[in-house]
Amino acid sequence: MIDIQGVSKGYQRKTALKNATMKLKQGKIVGLLGPNGSGKTTLLRILVSELRADSGSVSIDGKKLSPALKANISGLTTSDFMPDGMTIQGAADTYESFFNDFDMERFHQLLKEVDLSPDMKISSLSKGMKSKYALALAISRKAKLIVLDEPLDGVDPVAREEILRLISSGFSQDSTLLVTSHLINELERLLDEVYFIRDGEIRYIGDVETIRAEKKMSLDELYREVYRR
Amino acid sequence: MFKFVDGIPIYLQIVKEIKGSMISGKLKGGDKLPSVREIAEQYQVNPNTVQRVFMELDKQSLTYSERGIGTFVKMEPGLLEDLKNEEAAKVIQNFIEEIQKLGYSKNDMLKALDNAWLKRGEQHD
Repeated sequence: MIDIQGVSKGYQRKTALKNATMKLKQGKIVGLLGPNGSGKTTLLRILVSELRADSGSVSIDGKKLSPALKANISGLTTSDFMPDGMTIQGAADTYESFFNDFDMERFHQLLKEVDLSPDMKISSLSKGMKSKYALALAISRKAKLIVLDEPLDGVDPVAREEILRLISSGFSQDSTLLVTSHLINELERLLDEVYFIRDGEIRYIGDVETIRAEKKMSLDELYREVYRR
Repeated sequence: MFKFVDGIPIYLQIVKEIKGSMISGKLKGGDKLPSVREIAEQYQVNPNTVQRVFMELDKQSLTYSERGIGTFVKMEPGLLEDLKNEEAAKVIQNFIEEIQKLGYSKNDMLKALDNAWLKRGEQHD
């Protein structure tokens, strides 16, 4: 279980994240949904240790997140992190040298599923292809927590479908997946549990199937209802 | 991409699809169902959701599982009829509710149904 307790973060005059609290259970796909600029990426960057929180804590299975435990979290907050001249295979080799839990065989299998080949140059990939390759890298690690930031953003409908399929087939129930998106409708079918976020404030909404059964509405409708003035 | 209806749990919608395949004969007694992962991929849903589908099918005695081998369609005599009748009852219930909203009596309804049935027959001939 990943326990995020009272995490806050501000940039100069703006508060990006206010007292964020989440409990992420193993084997679940959890959505963090909200508009652009609501604080989603700030939280993910804190989780992958790209940013330091002003206050609060993150723990994994009861142990506070430390440099040693950082290796349990896999995530790409941006897909442009490898030099453009590299091939997909080159990027995967680099990744493998950094992370012991990287599964090259699985990565190749996932690549095949989305029609990418290891010898393609990263600079030649379209936005959708980049998103697919980055996703395949992230979920090929046997990490406790995998975070995906806006995997559907700026991607055409066909690639979107492939990405959803890749997540549903590639997800291992030994880990927890935290996915952010402002495209609520598209992601809904993949989620076990959902949190909403607006203006840096995170709200726990619940189990998605239960919401569908009890509220008889989609998450998109629910989001609009929750934030209706 | 398969379109789910809002406001109904996804696992129940997949259960309905699988039942539909049993009714139409696409799935027969003894057939092996695809794996959790394959179904998850097919509908682009969460593997946990598919596990709920399997539990529900098992609860309704429509399938049985063999450890390590897979899940199979259990087609007991009469089950196909039961499934058909169950689906038909839902369709009819729905129809009656809607037609009553339009102010039709039972006789009006039967007459309209008869006409529509005849017309359809002509078109198909």
